[in-house]
Amino acid sequence: MSSALLEVDDLRISFDGIRVLDGLSLSLAAGELRFLIGPNGAGKTTLLDVISGKTKPLAGRVLFDGHDALRLPPYRLAQLGMGRKFQTPAVFPSLTAYQNLEAAGSYRDRGLDLLLPARARIRNRLAEVLDLTALGPQAHSRAGVLSHGQQQWLEIGMLLMHEPKLLLLDEPVAGLTRAERDRTSALLHSIMGPARTADGCAILIVEHDMAFVRQFDATVTVLHQGSVLVEGPMSAVEKDERVLDVYLGRSDATEAA
Amino acid sequence: MTTRKKLLVPVFAAVVLVVMLFVAPRAMSSFRLNLLGKYLCFALVALGLDLAWGYAGLLSLGQSVFFGLGAYAFGMYLKLESAHGKLPDFMGWSGLSALPGFWRPFGDPLFALCVAILLPAACGTLLAYLLSRSRIGGVYFSIITQALAFIATTLFIGQQPFTGGTNGLTNFATIFGQPLKDPNVQAQLYRATVLAVAACLALGAWLASSRFGRLLIALRDDEQRLRFSGYNPALLKAAAFGIAGGMAGLAGALFVPQVGIVNPDSLGIILGIQMVIWVTVGGRGTLIGAVLGAVAVNAAQSAVSESFPDVWQYGIGFLFVGSVLLFPGGLIGALRAIPRSLRRDGSRPAETAEAPAPELVRV
Repeated sequence: MSSALLEVDDLRISFDGIRVLDGLSLSLAAGELRFLIGPNGAGKTTLLDVISGKTKPLAGRVLFDGHDALRLPPYRLAQLGMGRKFQTPAVFPSLTAYQNLEAAGSYRDRGLDLLLPARARIRNRLAEVLDLTALGPQAHSRAGVLSHGQQQWLEIGMLLMHEPKLLLLDEPVAGLTRAERDRTSALLHSIMGPARTADGCAILIVEHDMAFVRQFDATVTVLHQGSVLVEGPMSAVEKDERVLDVYLGRSDATEAA
Repeated sequence: MTTRKKLLVPVFAAVVLVVMLFVAPRAMSSFRLNLLGKYLCFALVALGLDLAWGYAGLLSLGQSVFFGLGAYAFGMYLKLESAHGKLPDFMGWSGLSALPGFWRPFGDPLFALCVAILLPAACGTLLAYLLSRSRIGGVYFSIITQALAFIATTLFIGQQPFTGGTNGLTNFATIFGQPLKDPNVQAQLYRATVLAVAACLALGAWLASSRFGRLLIALRDDEQRLRFSGYNPALLKAAAFGIAGGMAGLAGALFVPQVGIVNPDSLGIILGIQMVIWVTVGGRGTLIGAVLGAVAVNAAQSAVSESFPDVWQYGIGFLFVGSVLLFPGGLIGALRAIPRSLRRDGSRPAETAEAPAPELVRV
């Protein structure tokens, strides 16, 4: 793939002698949507941690948009357009939703700029993101009092303030109701845009909810014991013997979600 | 906030400022005015500490070090001026025959004042940056700042030829050629302190209400989220702690001429803990609360110790524990709660961003 935005090559990492990532390689094109599934302990979250600079691997290579990601601290990767969403919503509870988005969007301002009101560029983007996430009515509520779902959307909104090239989402619909999951699905669809073009935002999602994965026409990568087991469209992955063995289960594969 | 309320704050602040600048020096005895000036110096420290702790979540138990550095820097000027070109008395007693080179520029009051502000600011910036870069935070940050207070005290006691040892710097006679004991000179020093507190309060309020202030709150709330949002937390912490250090240094410089002595107690652990108590009692995360807390606690301390000298240590202990248990928002939090509890219909005002986090230390 010539236009690969993210190139992960032969990652190895061990915690207390247990190989968590064992020669994992993965490639993601610009604007691509990709799901990461696999049993607990397969290394999904660890992979996101390594890509986003939170954890350093023993060996391997991560290229993000032409940069050697393993040499850069998380805040530099964020500045370069990589957005990381954590499994439990991480927002600033004392600030309002509006202030959360503004704080996330002000990352280019330095020094005295931060003492002045945000420029039109940031305020315009803020209005767009409030629109996308449909958090307008909650804009001036403290993030700490928002519902779990609203906090999840707010955190995704904070990532969107950067106009990112890549989003790394760790179980964005865990603990959400059916209606909330549908809203997250709609939000992701609108981030991707109608046509998944190369200048759009690529998204890598760790997910356990198979029904949610099926709502998207996307490639699914199955991890098992720290490396890639199978990669392909969901329809094929669901029928793969090895995936049924290690993850989805054989008797009622469709209800594994 | 309504427009009327918005107008009310600056008008009220201006009235308080006029009263403090022009009415208080006439209405109060020079002894009481001098005490108030001393409390206002402490208020300046509390203000900076509140920016670092109440906003950015950096609990410093060694803010006294920055205060003491400022006090010593300006004390060096006072000592040189009082020595009239001769060797300061304690240096002769300690066996020095000539003024050490690093003392010489302190003959200039402007230089001494600049060092009093910039040296603590630089130390604070560097300390916070290095600790943050090594991912040392929470209680470990607090413990290191406390250790710093211990180290500074030991160092200043040990270097008697240069610092005056346990006695510190004292026996000052004049400032800018004027006798320090003159009540008019003391009234001017008091006025300078009032202006310094007002200016720093205004600066603090501007910082706190800007995006910088909200980033400090974000830092306190979730440092990891901030790091993954494209910010280097070390730089934000360094800025906040540097500002806090500079304010403490300025406070020290204003403190010395009004009290007439600086000794290693001014750098010490006990004073450092008291500073945290002032902010807690006043209301962490509200700048005016830190100022009121410092003045109120110190006024109470004077009042109680004048009659019962041995009781105060218990008093301040109970005040701290009581404030944490009963009024986690401090004086300001308690005052804000009054109109809320008076409102019978139980409707609560909209949640604002200024509510301080309930826990004292974030690990």
